[in-house]
Amino acid sequence: MGPLIPNGIIGGDWDFVIAILLGIAFGFILESSGFSSSRNITGVFYGYNFVVLRVFFTAVIVAMVGMLYFDYFGWLDLSRIFILPTYLTPMIVGGVIMGVGFILGGFCPGTSFTAIAIGKLDGIVFTIGLFLGIFVFSEAFPLFAGFYNSGFIGNVTLTDVTGIPASWFAMAFTVVALAAFWGTMFIEKRVRKNITEYKF
Amino acid sequence: MNEHKPNADQPKYINPYLGGVLLGLLVLTTVYITGRGLGASGAIKSTVVTTAKVFTPDQAKSNAYMSRFISDDHSPMYTWLVFESLGIFIGGLLSGILFGRVKKLRVDRGPNITNKKRLWFALAGGMLFGIGSQFGRGCTSGAALSGSATFALGGVIVMFAIFGTGYVAAYFFRKLWI
Repeated sequence: MGPLIPNGIIGGDWDFVIAILLGIAFGFILESSGFSSSRNITGVFYGYNFVVLRVFFTAVIVAMVGMLYFDYFGWLDLSRIFILPTYLTPMIVGGVIMGVGFILGGFCPGTSFTAIAIGKLDGIVFTIGLFLGIFVFSEAFPLFAGFYNSGFIGNVTLTDVTGIPASWFAMAFTVVALAAFWGTMFIEKRVRKNITEYKF
Repeated sequence: MNEHKPNADQPKYINPYLGGVLLGLLVLTTVYITGRGLGASGAIKSTVVTTAKVFTPDQAKSNAYMSRFISDDHSPMYTWLVFESLGIFIGGLLSGILFGRVKKLRVDRGPNITNKKRLWFALAGGMLFGIGSQFGRGCTSGAALSGSATFALGGVIVMFAIFGTGYVAAYFFRKLWI
């Protein structure tokens, strides 16, 4: 029963081999979906290319529903998996900073690695920026250490906080995503009529 | 010029819904095997810590943030996310080779800005993303995607914060992209 490594079914020695293999699959999917181009990515914010929305929402739905089925069949013990801790205000602030960075930079970290792989100079520069940003953060850390650790709620899930079963969230998320897939189809068609053609 | 279909000569990308299903299955597989999701910004953090440790070991150890990730028995590079991110690069390269997109160095940019301007903004965007990902406890992969997929409250918060802000910021910086 999963998770395999934490439960000792696969030995910890395999950890890094598995990391590389899963990473290769991740990079392959990102690049082949078109995320090695910043213009494809930012299209989601200007309406000319909704590939980010399609890939991201589909992935979240598939993974959410998959988790529930794996749990239901007894293949995966959801109480043994890592739940991202919630630090309320710092995470909102972090998300806002990342959102601005997303527009200015045109990438997020994972996608910039695949951009480097196919020879995009803007991907290289973005990754250098990531490095500098984290360095600046570390150096300045004492200034906002208190804020960084504030608002801690725990490693909580949506269900822990609201009492609503996870399957309801999966359902709601799926309905919203399907509506978004349908609606953005029309937006994309309209916007593409009016923009200058772009090469990848 | 706009008569014929825009992007008619676009390189072959896989169907986005297929990409999404594969990515979702990958997140599921990753959680099933390792008990946690995918990530990316963590690898850069390890690189920063390693660089600091090599050039200024004492300062790195006394730095309140970096010292959390320094251990005496192994290098900060010897972490799961560094190996996974190496994989991201290899996987991207394989896909690029397969679909014929690996070419000499070039820059993607909006039609109305220069390459130089694009690169300055890429640097600034990278810096902001780096800083934000530390407060957010992960970036789009670790927090927004893997976090949301495991129903973590923090993951959903980061996801909405990133994309919500993206839409607001998109208006102010539209000259960069359209």
